[in-house]
Parts: sequence; C-alpha cells; structure tokens
Amino acid sequence: MATHTEQLSHRKKSALWDWLTTVDHKKIAILYCLAGLFFFILGGIEAVLIRIQLLYPEFSFVSAQTFNELITMHGTTMIFLAAMPIFLGLMNAVVPLQIGARDVAFPFMNALGLWLFIFGGLLLNMSWFLGGAPDAGWTAYAPLSTDYAGTSGMDYYVLGLQIAGFGTLMGGINFLVTVINMRAPGMSFMRMPMFTWASFITSALILFAFPPLTIGFFLLMFDRFFGSNFFVADAGGNVIVWEHIFWIFGHPEVYILILPAFGILSEVIPTFSRKRLFGYSAMVFATALIAFLGFMVWAHHMFTTGLGPVANSIFAIATMTIAIPTGVKIFNWLFTMWGGQLRFPTANLWAVGFIPSFLIGGMTGIMLSVAPADYQYHDTYFVVAHFHYVIVGGSVFGIFAGLYYWWPRMFSKTLNETLGKWHFWTFFIGFHFTFFPQHFLGLMGMPRRVFTYLSGQNLEAGNFVSTIGAFLMGVGTIIFIVNIIMTQSKKEVAAYDPWDGRTLEWAIPIPTPEYNFAQLPLVKGLDAFWIEKMNGNKVMTPAEPLDDVHMPNGSILPLLMSLSFFVAAFGFIFDVLFVAILGLASFFFCMLLRSVIDDHGYHIHKEELIPVENKGGKA
Amino acid sequence: MSTQSSTLPPHPEKATLEGKNKFLGLWFFLGGETALFATLFGTYLGLRNSNAGGPTAEELFSLPLVFVMTIILLVSSMTSVLAVMAMRRRNMKALLGWFIVTVILGLSFIGLEIYEFYHYTLEGHQFTKSAFASAFYTLLGTHGSHVAFGCAWITALVIRNFKRPLDTYNAPKFYLASLYWHFIDVVWVFIFSLVYLLGVIG
Repeated sequence: MATHTEQLSHRKKSALWDWLTTVDHKKIAILYCLAGLFFFILGGIEAVLIRIQLLYPEFSFVSAQTFNELITMHGTTMIFLAAMPIFLGLMNAVVPLQIGARDVAFPFMNALGLWLFIFGGLLLNMSWFLGGAPDAGWTAYAPLSTDYAGTSGMDYYVLGLQIAGFGTLMGGINFLVTVINMRAPGMSFMRMPMFTWASFITSALILFAFPPLTIGFFLLMFDRFFGSNFFVADAGGNVIVWEHIFWIFGHPEVYILILPAFGILSEVIPTFSRKRLFGYSAMVFATALIAFLGFMVWAHHMFTTGLGPVANSIFAIATMTIAIPTGVKIFNWLFTMWGGQLRFPTANLWAVGFIPSFLIGGMTGIMLSVAPADYQYHDTYFVVAHFHYVIVGGSVFGIFAGLYYWWPRMFSKTLNETLGKWHFWTFFIGFHFTFFPQHFLGLMGMPRRVFTYLSGQNLEAGNFVSTIGAFLMGVGTIIFIVNIIMTQSKKEVAAYDPWDGRTLEWAIPIPTPEYNFAQLPLVKGLDAFWIEKMNGNKVMTPAEPLDDVHMPNGSILPLLMSLSFFVAAFGFIFDVLFVAILGLASFFFCMLLRSVIDDHGYHIHKEELIPVENKGGKA
Repeated sequence: MSTQSSTLPPHPEKATLEGKNKFLGLWFFLGGETALFATLFGTYLGLRNSNAGGPTAEELFSLPLVFVMTIILLVSSMTSVLAVMAMRRRNMKALLGWFIVTVILGLSFIGLEIYEFYHYTLEGHQFTKSAFASAFYTLLGTHGSHVAFGCAWITALVIRNFKRPLDTYNAPKFYLASLYWHFIDVVWVFIFSLVYLLGVIG
C-alpha cells in the first residue's frame, strides 16, 4: 500500500480521473453543488426569457411553442436539477460531519446517485438541440404529454427525469442508513443537529415519494413508446390516474424542497444568535409531522378535477393542518433570535430574509387550501406567486444561507461579505418585485401557462414590474457567481471554526481531511462542539484511541453505469433498438462487475494521521 | 478481512458495520419498492374494468395455473430460508445448494408466466389492447422482472462464492438476496389476491 504522501502526489497528477472516480462524500457534495448551480443558472435564464415575453401585452419575443418549452424546462430544471441536487450536495457536505461519521453508509452508491443525476440532467437538456424541448408543463399532464403532442420533447422529459430520479432515490436510502447506523458515540437521535434531522426526514420522503414517480414515468413511457393505453381515453385509459400518481409524488416533493431549508435555518440562526435553538424537540416533532402530513394532501392540487365535496373537504382540512407545525417552526426561529447576541453576516441575512418571505408563501397556501376559493384561484397567476414565494423565498433563500454558511467547510475559503450583501439585497428586493405583483395579477384573472395577455385589462403594470424584478434577481445571481470566482481565485484559507460554530462539522481542521475525524468524537449533548468550547476545550474529546482508518476505493463504475443509461435513453428516443439494448446490457454488465470483483477498500495508517491533524490550523 | 468459517461470529451477516448498513439499506429499499408496487396496484385497480371491448379478467384467468405458480414461488421462499439456515450452521455447501434450488424454482415460475402471457395474447389480450391489458401486463411484468433480477442476483452470488469459504464479507450478500426474494414472493401473494381472485370473482 502506498503511503499517504505518495497518494497525495499521485492524486495531483490525475485530478480529473480522481474527480470522475471519487466516492468521497465531500467531493461528491462539491460536484452536486456545482452541477446544481449550473442548472440553476440555466433555469434562471429560462425564467428571464419567460418574463421578457410577458413584459408587454401581445409581445412576440418568443413563439407560443417556445414559451411552452420555456415554462416546462424552467420548472423541471429548477426543481429536479437545481434545488434538490444542491440540497443533496449540502447534505453530503454536512450530514456525515455533523453526526461524527467518517463516511456515508454507501460511498459507491453515493457516487452512482450523483452521476445518474448529472446524466439525467444532460439528457433532459439535450432536447433543446435534438428535436425540441418538452412542452407539457413540469407536471406533464396527460394527454398533453402523451403521443397527442407529437414532438419528441416529452421523451427526453420522461427518460431524463427517470434517470435523475433513480439517483435521488439512492441518495435518500444512503442518508437514512448513514444517520441510523453511523452516528458517533453519544450522538443519540435527540442530540442530532436540526439539519441532520431535516435531511433524515427528507430522505424518508424521498424514499416513499420517488417510487410512485418512477411508475408514473414508466406508464407515460409505455404510452409513448410501446402503445399502451394508460392515459388514452379511447381504450379505457384515464388521465386522472396520471394526476393522482404525479401529485402523490409531487406534493411530498415540495417538502423535500423545503425541509432541508428549514434545517439550514435551524443551524444558521442559533449560530448567529449565540443561543441554542429554541424548542429543539418541538422542531424535531414539527419536522416529522410536516413530512407525514405532506403525504396526506396531494389531492389539493386536484380540487377542480371533480373529486366531489367530501374528498375536497378532507384534503382541504388536512392541508390547513400543515400550517400548525410550520407555525411552530417560525415562532421557534423568532424566539431563538430573541435576546440573542445577533450578528448578520450574509448567511444570516438569507436566513432572516427567509422568514417573512416564506411566511407570505405559507399564508397564500392557506388561502389556496380553501377548496371553494381555490375554484377561483386555480390556474391563475396567484398560484404562480404562491409557489414561487415558497420555493424561492423558502428553498432558494435556504440554499443561499447554507452555501454562505458552509462554504468555508466545503471549499476551505470564505465567500466575500461585501459582494454577499450586494447579492442578498439585489436578489431579495428583486424577488419581492417579481412575485408580489403576481398575486394581484392572478386575482385580476391572469391565467398561468399562457404566453401572452391582452392590453387594456389592467395587467400591464403588474407584469412590467414583475419583469424588472426578475432582471434584478438575475443581477443578484451574477454577483453571486462573481463572488464565487473571486473567492476561489484567492489563496486565503478560511479560519478554523470561522463562525464560532456549535455543531461537530466545525470541530475538524480546514481543509477537511479525507477521513473526516482522525478519532471519532465523544458527543456529550446537543450542540456538541459548543459544549466542549464552554468547557474550555478547543477540540472534541475523542471516543477512541488513534488507529488506522478504513477508506473505500474510488471507482469509475458509477460514471459508466450512468453513461449506459444515457446511451440506452437515446436508443429509445430515436427508436434504435440495438442502441437501447446495448446501453441496458452495459449497465447490467457494470453491475455484475461490481458484485463479482472484491472491493475491500484500503487503510490510512495512524502514523500518517498525526502530521495532518497537527498542521490543521486548530487554534 | 476474510475470516475462516470456524471463527465466524453467530450472525456473520450482521457482524460488520458494512453488513449492518447493507441490511438496513435493503430494508429501506424494500420500503421504496412497496410504494412502487402500491402505485402499480392502485393503477391496476383503477383500470381493471376498462377493457375497451377486449376480454375481461373473468374470461381470461385460469386459477389452476396461477395456483401452481403460487406454490412454486412460495416453495422457493422456503428454500431460500433453508439456505439462510444452512448459513447459520456454517454449511456453505448446503447454502449454495438451496440457493441453486431457489433459482431453478424462480426460473420455472418465469417459464409458466411467459406461457400464461403467450396464451392470453392469443385470446386477444395484447398489451396495447386496452387500459386493463396495459395495467395488467405492467404490474405482472414488473413483478416478473423482479423475479428474473433475483435469479440473476443469486446466480452471480453462487458463482462468485462457489469455491470460497463463508465469511463476514459474503454472508450479508447471501442474507440480503434471500430478504429480497421473500419480498417478491409477498408481492406475488398480493397479485394472487387482488388480480386473480378479484378478477375471477368480478
């Protein structure tokens, strides 16, 4: 076995190969976040194009067909390829560190999940160049999404998201097992940091929400490719089946998008208030309750499909109930700040900006949950305003809070605060300018998903302001990108424990060693690192003697397996059976290789740990 | 890493952290699979009377054949239990033998299912005939492909470990394959009740 230093020099020679074969959760985290940011920018460009088209009444910046493609790709990209992967990236970066683990439970599967997401996303976006993007909306309602539409865009949608979805499911299972089996000594469930709790519960949502989507995509795929009749009314098919399946996935999905953001807030706000989180156990319970109720309310997306007053009432009341645990959370964050020694670096600005923005989204959610009133709001811009307040004002603000907060941990550098504040204020103001007027546009009757509107209906001013706001959000995002480039091109390494953190991820050297903890830490309570600091210790008390650390081997197979699916998908789309079979065969061959070749990993010897630990910049 | 059979702990499949992780991971995977099959069952139950003029469930299903298939699959579940019991006795030969029997039973189940499907298509119950047919073949086909995957999985395990001793590295792999095999048998019990029995009763 090579020594540690030899391995380091070896790695420098082939950095690209190292990144392509990595099974290290910290590198996977970076790849998730970078790919997610790339798709976030792509989805943002699509959003700006949509808003330009709606700048003036009867404007013809893009055609109606292109507009349909833009709204479909914007929604799909932002949800599946931007928000969720960035959250998975943050989970990968933080959860193993917060529970004091050396790794995730399944490093190989973790890498497979990453590459499936990347290739699924690439496949979906290939549609722009190879026959037209999908155009049936991100919900892909049948029969708009079946052969009725004619273009091949939906093929890319079905197969691209199917592949990415497999990856997400693997991520979910991985985090469930990691959190249950790999917590450090003393880290009981009720001592786990809130972000880990949120990630854990989100993973459970992924586990039960994604399989229905998998089936939905298979049914749609069979209808499109093999002539089945699930959604073809002539042969007994039923399009409402699609709506049920989609929203049984789709409603939990919005909690998959918001619970990690709640978790991030519950880390950022206590750190910058120098107080422990108010009502920790209530927060845990509220998170679990929100997740549970999230599965019970899917039909509130279908009030107007004619389910009848009894079903509508049940789903309306179940939906309203979610406001209770969510309200608990909002108050707990406020009480955490109350009386704290508040600081407002950019991370905390995003966290505090989240609270009123998300609250507005929550309140319009209550309005929409009233079934009779929903008959008025349904498919208007009011709904667009509502879910953007929740997803942008909630998830995206949470993502930015998390990125600014954990950037030093992930990249060993601290993002520039001045640019960060510019980013926050332009984006925050732009956000409210964009989406606040949309509530009123909706109440005045402007429909969603329609590519233009007539003049003289008092819709001009609202749309104009909304588009200007979108430009401002674009400026904010550009400032963020500039910040990233400037920060990463500087040599300055972040300080050890830069925010005076409370949880375990701040107790290890910067940059994070590949084995995370040389010795597993002994956890003595909630906010484990804070307890040690209050006891006058600079580092965690170890729970074990220094010993060799077992590490998993890297592998190129995850990338090859994802590539195989990618190839097979093109075989299906262009109807070349040979290519489809080749791709699937190659996938199963890789699987076979993985199962028959022994992979025992390797050890880092304890003599190699000591020098790294000593120069780790600990005070 | 590899230990000789004589020094194996009482539960070699859960002796290492890796084994424990795999054990829990497979249970969660099966949880996801439950949601997956539940969606298929829901779709089937919603569309089972939408036969668009094609043959109905009552006209098609022949219970004696399905009964034989059920027996084969349930017996295969038992043989996989015998394999795991052999593992507890550290008897690698019996372990491999019972798993080979399990695979043979699985393959004969698939053979009967192919025969059944072929028979149905001759009676005008093609995949593209109606929503009922699409839902039927998708549910049954998903289950059948799970059986086929299980056969391939167990075969790969048997080939890889044919000349190796039982250790804490391969014990979890055998144990997991047997858990998976039980799961697809349980799904079949639901198919037998909700598709065939309900179909014949009407």
